Amino acid sequence: MSHDHPHDHDHDHGHSHAHDAPQNPYVEPRRTAEENAVLEQRVEELEELLIEKGYVAKETLDEIVRTYETDLGPMNGARVVARAWVDPEFKARLLADATAAIAELGFGGLQGEHMVVVENTPEVHNVVVCTLCSCYPWPVLGLPPTWYKSPEYRSRVVIDPRGVLKEFGTTVDESVEVRVWDSSAEIRYLVLPERPPGTDELGEEELAGLVERDAMIGVKKLQ
Amino acid sequence: MNGVHDMGGMHGFGPVEPEPGEPVFHARWEARVLGLTIAVGKLFGNIDARRHMIERLPPADYLQFSYYEKWLARLMSSLPEEPANERPMSPSEMTAVVRSGRPTLREGGREPRYCVGDRVAARDLNTEGHTRLTRYVRGRPGVIARLHGSHVFPDTNAQGLGENAQPLYTVKFRARDLWGPEAAERDTVCIDLWEDYLEAR
Repeated sequence: MSHDHPHDHDHDHGHSHAHDAPQNPYVEPRRTAEENAVLEQRVEELEELLIEKGYVAKETLDEIVRTYETDLGPMNGARVVARAWVDPEFKARLLADATAAIAELGFGGLQGEHMVVVENTPEVHNVVVCTLCSCYPWPVLGLPPTWYKSPEYRSRVVIDPRGVLKEFGTTVDESVEVRVWDSSAEIRYLVLPERPPGTDELGEEELAGLVERDAMIGVKKLQ
Repeated sequence: MNGVHDMGGMHGFGPVEPEPGEPVFHARWEARVLGLTIAVGKLFGNIDARRHMIERLPPADYLQFSYYEKWLARLMSSLPEEPANERPMSPSEMTAVVRSGRPTLREGGREPRYCVGDRVAARDLNTEGHTRLTRYVRGRPGVIARLHGSHVFPDTNAQGLGENAQPLYTVKFRARDLWGPEAAERDTVCIDLWEDYLEAR
């Protein structure tokens, strides 16, 4: 997508947030069509060069892209969460050794080598960030959304977690501890959200359908 | 290094703006940069050396570049001139790498100096090299919350000075110990810190 005018606020957010907060003049993640065309050209040349010199095969690149576009994404994490909700023994294994428990469902690998699952409870609300780069549990959530990689999120969620949560429409009572996890090492964190009320009758697959990515990062609660 | 990438606690970036229905990639080139980085990243060294390459981008570029533009800058900065001396990975070999990952946990290593519950402080270190010791915890008191075993130490690994695997801990800090009395009383920040970043309190 491209935006000719970078500060068009034509987006239609389902939540309210501080539109009067100052925009960072240095950060503009969106590119015009012309800028993207230049980048397309440059990357195509780079790819051709690396193929020609024998460092990479085109079909291997295609396979990596396919994997991250279709196989890895929040639907994997949602399956982990739903299983934990319906199977107390799995949940116990998940909280004790998340890497092994997640592997039971067939997920693991790059950027998920060392997993820890943190559970939301009536006393604790967990939220995950990487302030230094954008570390994220790829095997269970896929590649991170742009906002997770943004200076806005990385700078603020550690110092003003409740303010950031509010921008996602999430209010956490003062009596509840907001616990921010800054992924500064190779440990990757997944939030186990609280099971929404009124879902006792639902099976594992239906439950997985309720689990949103943002709840597994911790910026939202499930309704 | 005390770089612009170390953003925790900075002000002035404005509100977080999620993009509804965001695609995995916004343009084809982003997908190809991801693929190239995974496929040939080792040309630029280990993960810590590669992160340090991003951190050393000129600060104005770091702030202006999108995520994949930073990755592209890294790819462009050290292209090999010689042809490869082995055949490239096949799709199935690559899939095996993606599936198994590159664990940083190491057997052996030194005995952990701290136990869960111990009071520690993050040391006030200011290396110009790569480090994962964020500025906002330096000098602040915290409590050991979890031990993760011995992991490769980024500070030495990034510079080719060895893995120096050592105990890695989750350290829990009270928000008020990091940000002062304005922070909510109960709130906490948990961050993973290697033993060399810590001292007893």
